Amino acid sequence: MNYSLISQSFKNARKENRPALLTYTVAGDNTKKTSLRILKSISKYADICELGFPHNTPIADGGQIQTSSYRAIKNGIKINDIFSIVNDFKKNKNNKPIILMGYYNMIYQYGENKFLKKCKKVKVDGIIVVDLPYPENKIFASKCKNNKINFIQLISPTTSKKRLKQIIKDSHEMIYYISMLSTTGGKLKVSPKKILQEYKKIKNQNKYKNVVIGFGITEKTISSLKMADGLVVGSALCKEISTSLKKRQNPVKNVTNVVKRLKNKIL
Amino acid sequence: MKLKKKTPLIDQHDKYGFWGGKFGGSFIPETLKKPIEDLTKEFHKLRKDRKFIKKRDFYFKNYIGSPTSFIKLENLSNHLGGAQIWAKVVSEANGGAHKIYNATVHALICKSMGKKYIVGDTGAGYAGKMLSMAAKKFGLKCKIFMGAKDIKRQKPNCDAMKKNGAEIVPVYSGSQTLVDAVSECMRYWVSNCDNTHMAVGSTVGPNIFVKICGWSTAQISRELKVQLKKEFKKIPKKIKLINCVGGGSSAYGFWSEFIDYDKKQIELIGVEAGGPKKSQLHAAPLSRNAKIGILHGAASYVCQNNEGQIKETESISAGLDYPGVSPIHCFLKDTKRARYTYATDEEALQAYKMVTKFEKLNPSLEPSHAFAEAIKIAPRLNKDTIIIVNSCGDAKKDRDILKKKLGKY
Repeated sequence: MNYSLISQSFKNARKENRPALLTYTVAGDNTKKTSLRILKSISKYADICELGFPHNTPIADGGQIQTSSYRAIKNGIKINDIFSIVNDFKKNKNNKPIILMGYYNMIYQYGENKFLKKCKKVKVDGIIVVDLPYPENKIFASKCKNNKINFIQLISPTTSKKRLKQIIKDSHEMIYYISMLSTTGGKLKVSPKKILQEYKKIKNQNKYKNVVIGFGITEKTISSLKMADGLVVGSALCKEISTSLKKRQNPVKNVTNVVKRLKNKIL
Repeated sequence: MKLKKKTPLIDQHDKYGFWGGKFGGSFIPETLKKPIEDLTKEFHKLRKDRKFIKKRDFYFKNYIGSPTSFIKLENLSNHLGGAQIWAKVVSEANGGAHKIYNATVHALICKSMGKKYIVGDTGAGYAGKMLSMAAKKFGLKCKIFMGAKDIKRQKPNCDAMKKNGAEIVPVYSGSQTLVDAVSECMRYWVSNCDNTHMAVGSTVGPNIFVKICGWSTAQISRELKVQLKKEFKKIPKKIKLINCVGGGSSAYGFWSEFIDYDKKQIELIGVEAGGPKKSQLHAAPLSRNAKIGILHGAASYVCQNNEGQIKETESISAGLDYPGVSPIHCFLKDTKRARYTYATDEEALQAYKMVTKFEKLNPSLEPSHAFAEAIKIAPRLNKDTIIIVNSCGDAKKDRDILKKKLGKY
């Protein structure tokens, strides 16, 4: 799996002496078309785009992402639409990695193999499954590898030392560190110093893995964590979409501005 | 797929927590891995600890009021003709339902783990009410997550929770019922697992919660076994144990001691919520053949659409109004040890009317579903057949619904 788009993006960011910026938006929020336009537009500033496939009983998402997910589902988004969003996106932005993120039941109902075949076809670069932890994810992760798709392992502040070693050993090119005990979009309740300490524990195990930090990252907090390989912003973007819709403003423009500002803070 | 004899059903899972290789498991975010591992270790230690068992039995007897009575419903049996109908009146337990067993055990575990806060979900409000009682009894701070729709329709239980000093957190997301309450409770635990213990209100959720709950409610069938022997000298030749099934905690508790018996001798019948007669919606994943899916950390039969989105459910009884079901009931279904059927809202109401007309018993809308099945099959059976219904909840909490539907309570 050498030289994947994901690794390349981290390399490029490193060359510019900054962390990679990862965005998370929900596919179909608020419509299929808008979400594609948002994706295309923010990818000018983002290095890697995560695209959530919305589920209606998310057990690890906070209010902002829940709202986005319910909105997308209400507007009729289906898994096949999500693949067509990626397909469309990749036609113009061939070099921008896309990571799909969601809950296992959706993959399970679609069928693991069929899901991965589709992912490969539309050129999905990575997959995060929130509720399929290690070691239960071993089989699925290796299936991803066989399809040249990165399976991204999650590590949290509660992960034990022993697990940490095992997870890193079994991980692919990228690891996602959850900054704190929280659902997505919580207020950052741990000091950046503490977060970076934990982050370094992962890097010390294997410095070649690209480790990103997510949860609680906003325009206010992003610069304090910029020594990481990558930083993920999700809820702040979902919130911006909600606010824009409420104010009858253009979410594409507004979200792009947020991403642009985020980028400027880590340059 | 096969059941093992002489091993409690709650322990018949593989190393990943699956019953029958496909039901259950622990589909959880990474953050919960450690707290769940800790809880698993603690529970395995405690259930072997004689002192802990002694403590549990002490509180079951002196606080919950075990054993609950086992009575013959003479008038109802005579009226229907056919099988004898008996009831295990679990609603006599402190607080008015079986949920007190699970709540008490969770409070004891929470204490033993040195945590000061306990959180739980609730549908009908019984799990919440009992957890708030147990929390008060053992000096724990308690938060209960409850769907906004359920808060409205189960007011008496909400009042009780508040009286016990618990904070009720209304959940406005999704359908605003139990399914959303469980999600929100889990999300809260993800954020606060360092100092907070979570009690899942039924035999659902990640593997360890299924086990703790089943281990707690099993008290019901231990009592019943003794009572049967006392009443009939030995276990009768033809028994039907009928229980309502939402998540399935009272049914498992009612059946656990009898699973090893031949089903020709002891038939296990689970009755799910069929919803309003004319509605497409229901809460009956087992009897209406839902597909396997993952909900709240476990694989089970789940009411869902083709995409894997969880479907809204509809039932007059908040306690059964849940799209998933315990993995152990899925296992009992697929091994054909138990039979699952459903009763509609209307049938449950009719059953409630009939039982209360003939007997001094006031079953809530949940066990009224079980009574509906008993009433349906009793006339076709002979006098030697012993039907036992688990009357696992008291109808006090349903007074507003019953008033509205039947014009009186």
